[in-house]
Amino acid sequence: MVPYLLKRLAQSVFVLFGITLITFLLVFLLPADPARMIAGRSATVATVESIRRELGLDRPLPVQYVSYLKGLVRGDLGRSYAQRAPVSDLIASRFAPTVQLALAGILFELLIGLPAGIAAALRRGTRFDQVVMGLAFVGVSAPQFVVGLLLIYLLAYLVPVFPLGGYGTPMHLVLPAVAVGLAGGGWYARVTRSATIDVLRQDFVRTARAKGVFPSRVVLKHVLKNAVLPVVALVGLDIGVFMGGIVVVESVFGWPGIGQMIWQAIQLVDIPVIMGGVLITALFVVVGNLVADLVYPALDPRIRYQ
Amino acid sequence: MGSTQRARGHERRAQVAVPRSDGAAAAPVAALAVDGAGGAGPAPGARRGARRAPAGWVRRFLANGAGVVGLVGVTLVVAVALAAPVLAPHDPARQYFDGLTLEGDPLPPSERFLIGTDLLGRDLLSRVIHGARVSLLVGVVANGAAVLIGLVVGVLAGYFRGTVETVLMRLTDIMTAFPALILAIALAAILRPSLWIVALVIALVNWVWIARAIYAQVLSVARRDFVEAASALGMSAWRTLLRHILPHLVSTLMVFGTLGISTTVLLEASLSFLGVGVQPPMPSWGGIINESQSYFLDAPWLVVFPGAAILLTSLSFNLLGEALRDALDLAERR
Amino acid sequence: METATKANPKSLGRRLGAVTRLAAALLVVTLGAAATAQQGGRAVVSFQVDVSTLDPAIGYDWQNWSIIKSMFDGLMDYEPGTTNLKPHLAESYTVSDDGLTYTFTLREGVKFHNGRELVAEDVKYSLERVLDPATQSPGQGFYLSIAGAQEFIDGQADEVVGIRVVDDRTIEFTTSEPDAAFLHKLGLNFAHVVPREAVEAAGGDFGHQPVGTGGFKLREWVLGQRLVLERNPDYFEAGVPYLDELVFEIGVDPNVAFLRLQRAEVDVLGDGIPSARFTEVMADPVLSQQVAMGEQMQTGYVTINVTTPPFDDVRVRQALNMAINKDRIVRIINNRAVPANQVLPPLFEAHDPAYEGYPYDPERARELLAEAGYPNGFDTVLYAYNVAPNDRIAQAIQADLAEIGVNAELRTQAQSTVIEAGGAGEAPLIWSGGMAWIADYPDPNNFYWPILACASNIPGGWNWARYCREDLEERAAVADTLARADQAEQRNEEWRQIFLEIMEDAPWIPIFHELQVSMHSSRVTGPEGIFTDPMHIPVHYEYIRMAE
Repeated sequence: MVPYLLKRLAQSVFVLFGITLITFLLVFLLPADPARMIAGRSATVATVESIRRELGLDRPLPVQYVSYLKGLVRGDLGRSYAQRAPVSDLIASRFAPTVQLALAGILFELLIGLPAGIAAALRRGTRFDQVVMGLAFVGVSAPQFVVGLLLIYLLAYLVPVFPLGGYGTPMHLVLPAVAVGLAGGGWYARVTRSATIDVLRQDFVRTARAKGVFPSRVVLKHVLKNAVLPVVALVGLDIGVFMGGIVVVESVFGWPGIGQMIWQAIQLVDIPVIMGGVLITALFVVVGNLVADLVYPALDPRIRYQ
Repeated sequence: MGSTQRARGHERRAQVAVPRSDGAAAAPVAALAVDGAGGAGPAPGARRGARRAPAGWVRRFLANGAGVVGLVGVTLVVAVALAAPVLAPHDPARQYFDGLTLEGDPLPPSERFLIGTDLLGRDLLSRVIHGARVSLLVGVVANGAAVLIGLVVGVLAGYFRGTVETVLMRLTDIMTAFPALILAIALAAILRPSLWIVALVIALVNWVWIARAIYAQVLSVARRDFVEAASALGMSAWRTLLRHILPHLVSTLMVFGTLGISTTVLLEASLSFLGVGVQPPMPSWGGIINESQSYFLDAPWLVVFPGAAILLTSLSFNLLGEALRDALDLAERR
Repeated sequence: METATKANPKSLGRRLGAVTRLAAALLVVTLGAAATAQQGGRAVVSFQVDVSTLDPAIGYDWQNWSIIKSMFDGLMDYEPGTTNLKPHLAESYTVSDDGLTYTFTLREGVKFHNGRELVAEDVKYSLERVLDPATQSPGQGFYLSIAGAQEFIDGQADEVVGIRVVDDRTIEFTTSEPDAAFLHKLGLNFAHVVPREAVEAAGGDFGHQPVGTGGFKLREWVLGQRLVLERNPDYFEAGVPYLDELVFEIGVDPNVAFLRLQRAEVDVLGDGIPSARFTEVMADPVLSQQVAMGEQMQTGYVTINVTTPPFDDVRVRQALNMAINKDRIVRIINNRAVPANQVLPPLFEAHDPAYEGYPYDPERARELLAEAGYPNGFDTVLYAYNVAPNDRIAQAIQADLAEIGVNAELRTQAQSTVIEAGGAGEAPLIWSGGMAWIADYPDPNNFYWPILACASNIPGGWNWARYCREDLEERAAVADTLARADQAEQRNEEWRQIFLEIMEDAPWIPIFHELQVSMHSSRVTGPEGIFTDPMHIPVHYEYIRMAE
């Protein structure tokens, strides 16, 4: 296990490096001039140029990239062009809410999706199965903004059970997490269902059922463990992706997550913030997928890593 | 191997409507392309039923009510997309001065505008009809490509392990963290905004989900006894993949291939919003929703109808796909 | 020497309706009389986008502009609710006969939030800081008329010689040429005074650790969530601000903000009424009382790149002007604007109410196109900012153009992209909405120099129409030298003529002048015009108070 972890760690550095490089290149392909955005509409050409020099944007790209990497190693993510604040401050202020929403969202996805998927698989072909799977489709097809607005309107405005958006208490977390969970839950339900069906078809399970014996607890546990495998994959990805922020949910609920920060940064071509945001996302993607990879052997002991 | 042959034959005579073993499997991916040619030829083991196979699967399919509904749904959507200019009651780009109230709000459904007007006084029905083209293209083609790429990556990584696995899975990591939005904007600036950029970016980004899910399943399935037995017996890797592993993945692929239509259609809207894809006034279901979302509480028809269209489309594909899979006995049962 | 203890550029004052002036008078009376009785309370303002910085030298966006005004002060300011200039930190000022030298006498006893008393040296420091390239201030370009500014910027001088500290209470500005808008520029945020020690102590982060002289000071700032200001008890203006605490909630979606307003969790909608609810609100007898609508110094327009064929032919540009149904567009935005037929909005003295502009006449437009050699129209590209409602407005424009045979491919993109395309001179047509010009200060030259002048017809400039008329440029420069108060009327007449001639050339299609619409809860109130103060958008924070 430890050698495997070390290998993964080394590879992760590589991945992070690759991401920063790609993002850096892409950002400079964007049809926008950060110096001009900072200088604003009333600036003279001289002002724009001097800002460009001050920010080091007139240097050749490789030089800028190396300089950025050097800063990274020191823990310096640079300063936001728009806000002039250190990027690390901006990320730090949004970190906790992002983690909370990511974890709570995944929790709701699992809570909604897993039981629904397994139950539907066990009752395959019945009305129950059809209804549940239909709902899964609705959950996935419904635009998150609308779902969020509806949740707020019904459960926070008409019937003031929850707060009207914002951040602070666990009550604030519920509706946004549910909004995330409804969409993802639909996915998880369907994926769980098909994986469960596949496992249920295995000989020894069929044998037990054909004999009229309800599959033993051991068998059930085996079924569950294997049915959950693809879901674990999705959770791993969700960890990474959610830590990059979920813009729509954040903006509807006023949740101060990283997603909004990155979205606004893209609109304003605030390069340091974009780079910082992508870096954080990449970090958690790597972590999330690593966690998933470590969970597989726990579920299915036949899976082994070199 | 022999015992399984007998078991298969036994089942076939019993005409049980459960998924068959891999014997009658055409390549699952080909079956996903709903062109009705699902029976691309039964595998050698099922030759005995070759004469009956075409009629058999059709009958089984038609017996499945949900599948028929799905077929009707898909046909409907495709027909609407193809015949849009003829079907639409109005020009989808025509902004009627009286298509808005005096205060500038959209009109609810009426005789003239069957499902109401949008924020610019355009007939919503015509826009939804024309929107089928973009949405179908993106939802089916882009998503289909993503599923295909994901399948290949996931299978290769999960089955062959080793360096292949490392390289592919780290590539997956990179593409998950990849700032697709930025790529999309950059592409739109260099080339011209077009639907193909959207489709490309979507395919480029969405495949990671399928890849990781498939990888997880392949890891498990490849360790199952019959697979190890097969390779011990000298069966080539590709054959093993096709006959023993792929069938287990069909159901998962089906999920991604159909649910993914919804997600992709909505994603297209975000990309077009950034100026990457379809530009106004070309309608797309996701685009209509995107531009009217905040009016949901006051003009719900603007979200409900295109949303229903998205839902029905992906649902239809799903019902059709699952029914076909069942009828063709595509999924492995081990 | 001309003296003035209260600035009266009559030009600007007269435009305001009688109601507002009466309100201003009432305001003075009410302030003096009942000040203490109305003090106290806490109001909440909602914004969706984060407040980026509170550094007056840098802050230049929608959210922070007025917040900075309530935390800092400048030599000049405007009477609340109006565009009338008056001395603020300055007690009085004099202007030399040649119009080149301004001498200000500062008030006594003005304190920074850190307790130190303000002196003239602070004013000089603040302006030099804006001019210093290291600060990267967007406002640098406004103060180039000060003598020695350019040398300071270029590093040839250690200080700006045109700013002279006479003594602790007296400061003198010398401009290299008479600048009629100079007093306005001293009223801009960029000229607000900051204390050197606080700037240096903050080490580059003064924007998040602001220290000023204003009515509010910073109590708490949680990035991305909440900004809390508290009343400055030592504020030199008696009686204001009324509120003890002013809270800005960040990241709030406008639709949700509206719901929260109903629940009295939010008192002022910083982003305005969501368009989806507008009609409903205006129709409601209770809610409509909480809405304030007023004029802004704003014009929304389509720029036409006059250097790109076929737009180099004035007939084509005029045809475009006649093709747009502005009433329909105004209706699309819930009538929250008035159709525009010229560059300047009605708030300006130099606006010509008698000018009729180009009528909506698609027939005539097609004729003109044919005359110009395009009987079948042509293809072109229209850029627009993708945030609602600009994409809708752009589509309406696109549809109108299609009616006369001009097929405009619409590109709705992020703001930065549109700005880039405009600055590069690549965009034939740009709908300016979302970045539409709101004047920095209430002077007509602000509508010319940055967006219509030869001087801004440069790569990266905001003159996206690439319009340049040297003769008009000269006249504009001359008009701006008419700096004396008694020349104000002549100056306005000059500008009126200049803008009329510009309209003859039709480098723009003026579409509408947007109205400022704000909504507040019933918990807060203020003098008339406070919620639609043209200088303090969206609200003049120092004059809000709790309702009885």
